[in-house]
Order: sequence, then C-alpha cells, then structure tokens
Amino acid sequence: MNATENLVEVEHLTKRFQVKQGVFARGKSEVHAVEDVSFTVRRGETLGIVGESGCGKSTTARLMTRLLDLTSGTVRFDGRDISKISQRQLRPLRREMQMIFQDPYSSLNPRKTVGQIVGAPFAIHGQKKAKTRVQELLETVGLSPEHYNRYPHEFSGGQRQRIGVARALALSPKLIVCDEPVSALDVSIQAQILNLLRNLQSDFNLTYVFISHDLSVIRQIADRIAVMYLGRIVEIGDSESIYEHPKHPYTAALLSAVPRASTGHRARIVLGGDVPSPIYPPAACVFHPRCPRFHEGHCDVETPQLRELAPGQEAACHYPLEKWPMTDDELRQAEGALRADRPHLEGAAHE
Amino acid sequence: MSEGEKLLDVRGLTVRFPTSDGVVQAVSDVTFSLSRGETLGVVGESGSGKSVSNLAIMGLLNRQRTMIAGEVEFLGRDLLTLPPNELRKIRGKDIAMVFQDPFACLHPMYRVGAQIAEAVSAHSHDGKDKAWERAVELLDHVGIPNAKSRARDYPHQFSGGMRQRAMIAMALVHNPSILICDEPTTALDVTVQAQIIELIEAVKQEFNIGVILVTHDLGVIAEVADSVMVMYAGRVMEYGPAAQIFDQPQHPYAWGLLDSMPSVERRLAALVPIEGSPPSLLAPPSGCPFHPRCRYRFEPCPTERPPLVAPVPEAHPDACHLPWDDKVKYGSERSITRLGDAA
Repeated sequence: MNATENLVEVEHLTKRFQVKQGVFARGKSEVHAVEDVSFTVRRGETLGIVGESGCGKSTTARLMTRLLDLTSGTVRFDGRDISKISQRQLRPLRREMQMIFQDPYSSLNPRKTVGQIVGAPFAIHGQKKAKTRVQELLETVGLSPEHYNRYPHEFSGGQRQRIGVARALALSPKLIVCDEPVSALDVSIQAQILNLLRNLQSDFNLTYVFISHDLSVIRQIADRIAVMYLGRIVEIGDSESIYEHPKHPYTAALLSAVPRASTGHRARIVLGGDVPSPIYPPAACVFHPRCPRFHEGHCDVETPQLRELAPGQEAACHYPLEKWPMTDDELRQAEGALRADRPHLEGAAHE
Repeated sequence: MSEGEKLLDVRGLTVRFPTSDGVVQAVSDVTFSLSRGETLGVVGESGSGKSVSNLAIMGLLNRQRTMIAGEVEFLGRDLLTLPPNELRKIRGKDIAMVFQDPFACLHPMYRVGAQIAEAVSAHSHDGKDKAWERAVELLDHVGIPNAKSRARDYPHQFSGGMRQRAMIAMALVHNPSILICDEPTTALDVTVQAQIIELIEAVKQEFNIGVILVTHDLGVIAEVADSVMVMYAGRVMEYGPAAQIFDQPQHPYAWGLLDSMPSVERRLAALVPIEGSPPSLLAPPSGCPFHPRCRYRFEPCPTERPPLVAPVPEAHPDACHLPWDDKVKYGSERSITRLGDAA
C-alpha cells in the first residue's frame, strides 16, 4: 500500500437514477442525484458532508463505498481505483471501509444477539472464535461484555448506536462513513456518541466521512466540510473558515437559518421557496432561483465551477460573499468577482 | 413574562397510563400558565411528557384508559371536567394544534383546500362555497403562492414546508386563542424550518394569541419563546422567562441539556453529555427524578422530591435541592468546561 496523503479521492462522481413517469409509466426521466462531485478525504481527518434532505449526501457516501454503482466518475480508495471493480474484488476492501447508519432501530437485526451482530463481520471474513474480540469491542464503545447475549430491543437508542459503532470497528477499518449517526438521538445522548466517535478516532487513527443535516454537529466534529445542494458541492474547505466566512450564498443562508440557543437576535437570510426537483434541476447554477445574489444572464447561463476563494476554501459561485455577516442590502449588491472581464454584466451588478 | 390576558391556567396536571406492565407515570404535577401574546416553549427529551401534557389539555387522550388529574382552566372553565360535547366546541376552535408530521396529518385522498374547508364547517354553519373561500384566504395568508389553484392540489403535490403551512392555516380557521405546536419543525429542513418559525411568530403577533411550542430543539425555543418550561421524566424541572433560562439556567438538568448541545457558533472545547439514559416512567426514580444522572446530587436528592419553587426571590422556580450559592458557583463553572479558556 502506498501512503499517499489522501485515503479517498473522488473525481467527477455522477449518479443518475432512472424514474418512470406519466400514464402507464411510459415517460422516462432521470433523477440527477449526484452531479460532478469531486473531493478528497485525507488520512485521519473528518470530512463533514452537510446539506438538506435530497441534496445527495447519502448517495455520495453510498457511491464512495460502492454500495451503489456509479453512472460516471472515479473513486480511488487507498490509491486504488475502485469505481469499476467487481463486488468479488471489492470484498477484501469492505473490511477497510465501514458504515454507521442513522436509525439504530432498523439497522440492527432484532432476532440476533449483540454478540452475533458485532461478530458478523468476523464471520463474514472467515475469522472464527471472535467472542473475546467482540467483548473487547463492546467495552471499547462503552457497553459491558455481559451484553454479549442480549437482544437489541433490550437497549436504548444511544446504546444501540454504540452497538452499531462496535460493529463498524470490528475489522479495524481505515474509513468509517457515518450517515447521520446522531440524528435519531436525544441531545444528551447525542453528545455521548459524538464524544465516543472522537475518542475512537484518535485511539484507532480512523478517517471519518460524517454526513449530517445538523450544522452544529458538523462544526463540532468535522475538520473539513463539503456543503451540498441539489447533488452538487457548492462549497468545500476547512470547517473553521467556512463557518466563520462562508463564501457561497447557500452556505450563508444555511448557517443563518440555524436556530441558536443563545438569546439576542441577528440578521438572517430566509430563503424563499423550496429545493427544486432533482429531475428537472435549474440550468447553470442550481441555486439561482433561490439566490439573493442572482444575476440574470449570468447565473442561469454559465455553470459556476469550484474555485479557491480563500486558502483552503473553494466555492462554486459567480458572486461569492465578500464578508460575513452581511445585511440584506449588501447581500443584493453583489460585486461580481468576474465583472472586470465581463463588462456586459456591469449593469446587472448594480441593479 | 408577558402582560396579556391570562388564557390558560394549568395546575397539578397529572397523567397516568395503566398498562399490563404497570402504570406509566407520563406527566406528574405540571403547573404553568399562558397569556395572550406569549410563546411558551416546552423542552425536554423524548419521553419527558411534553407531548402528553398537551394532548391532555386538548382532551385528546382516551378518558377510559387514562387517569388524568389536576385542573386545566381555559378562560375560567376547567377543560378536564367539561362534558365531551362542550369540549368539542372549544377544541379546534379556541384551542388549535399543529402536529409534528405534516405528511401524516393530511388525508392523501382529499384536496388540501377541502380539508381546510372541513375544519371551517366543523364549527360554523357556513355553506360549502364560503368554507372553501375561507380555506383559500387562509392558504394565501400563510404564504402559499397561487392559493386559489394550490387549494385544489392534493397533499402529495405540496412540499413538506407547504404542508406545514397548510396545517397552520387549518389551525387558524376559527381565530383560536391558543395555538399548540407540537414539534412543528422537526420533520423539516433547516431553511424551511426557519420559514415556519417566522410564520408562527407572525401569526402570533397578528392574531394576538398564546402559543405553546413543544420541541426538543433548544435553538428553536431560544429564537421565539418568551417563557420556557424544562421537563424531565414527566415533571417540570425549571420554569421561567426565556432570557433567564438560557443565560442563568438553575437546574442541573438544564445545564446538562445546554452543555451537551453542539454550537453552530464555535467548536466547543468539550461536549459535556449527561451520563446514563432517561428513566423508565413505569418506575421513575424516587425523590428527584434526575438524581441518578445528576453529578451534583447530595443527601436529600434520592429520597425527597424537591418542590418547584424559586430558590431566591429574584430567581425563577426550579425543582432542585441545591442551595442557591452552590447553583451560582456551579453555574459559572460550567461555561469554562464547555468553552475552554476562550470563555
């Protein structure tokens, strides 16, 4: 194995699902679930993927781990291209990438004991006599070895999620993809699991891809974040820079929409309307119909590409935010970063 | 708390569900009041009794299978002793409710407008056309674009946020005095959640009503509530003005809740979880229900139940045995653990 800096490299990842529409399901169209997504995950870091429901964050995770087949693009895991290899060839790699799921109720088989559930990875990969190892794992995640013969229904939501974590850790993976692991938990329990994941990361040198719709959770756990909207990454970079100085108007709107548990009011961008259908995504910049900085003839014509706007921070926007926070008026008076070489947009920028 | 006319006075509300495993002590001795123009936030984790209290107030619990005690006085009348047909005149008219899941609350086979018109007809003798007109007017009012044509849509043609708007429109048909919102934004995305919270706030101002907002999301409460009630294991742990609850919380459970919450404003030095899990309500702990998880417990906690009283005149009521000086001391220490040296 070569020891490159990046554990996962994803390039131009695209996934379209066929759907049937219309009378007698004659019409065929495509859901653009993930469109041209590229990012890397560095060894030992936590990459947070954040976005609203339907933005493609879970699909991205499933494509990365090849639980879904790619429509196009490449995924390299640990230096090896896994985007086209067969399921059989994938199997040995499965040990190295594990998943933790959102719902601790439906992701554990109710008819199997905890020992069987956590021991399953060993059985699948042909390792026998795993009982002591399983009991060690249970202790690692804060359960007791005596829980070995119990069934999932005997545990609370938080404890079940610990069982899910133990199962993911079983084969000492390099990468753990956590898909909304704390969303179903109460806040006091959520903090227990977040602390557990953080401790395990340093103890076992794990790399996480952490998917959540909750921006506070992502801020607490992620080193870098990717913000997704309608199947595309609109902004990616170091967590601190993005939270302190968001460049994409969608990121800013998302941040300002989060209710805060401190009193005192603040400016807020309330986005109108809803997320458009991924079957008929808007032309060019997919955010343009809801964007406060929309410039006609530019944003709906030319697709913005991710470009570096600050060290370690890229956003896909023609009119990125100059500062943060901004007032409504400042927000609308976008100084087009491309205006100099696009004189025909001069008028639009000052409308 | 606000100065409006007192709408609701709940005293000693207690709800018990007898089951084959024993009696579930869902709500115990809950006391609070609500005035016009006030938003009362009820927070607590799952199973803390926050939803059940509201169902009891609305008379939506099966009286045959539930033991309900206490008083729920609405404009001078005790709702718990009203006969069912009298209660029906109030429910949905003067007291309306918005539920968590807008997907489950609308009938998939009826047009959205028809469902709102049905709510209109339930409490008035207006004709069908008039009821429909009122439905369209309200849909327009809650911000549904092209309300006239959208009223003819079926629920599946609405997005989650629009359905929740439709539910709010339905709750408003008879100009209620009280709007109970039970986790109104939990099923929604954060940008849509912000829209719904603004709508509820606007509706409250405009109709001058009292709002009870039940949620597990402290952020939502901090945004809109005037007063806050913190519940745990079916009991009120702390009750007071929102600003005080968030700036100087007094109960160790409230500290625990606030400290275990990650912040979008900064990466915290440490999340401080509450150890253990919430108790079973079949056999809640003796004394203070929070004592098994409380790091500040001392002699009286496991045996004596602390009453909900203000520890000193300038503070708000909490149910905790800790002496006031200790509370002030521990309260100031906790922000240091959470925020690190930066604080």
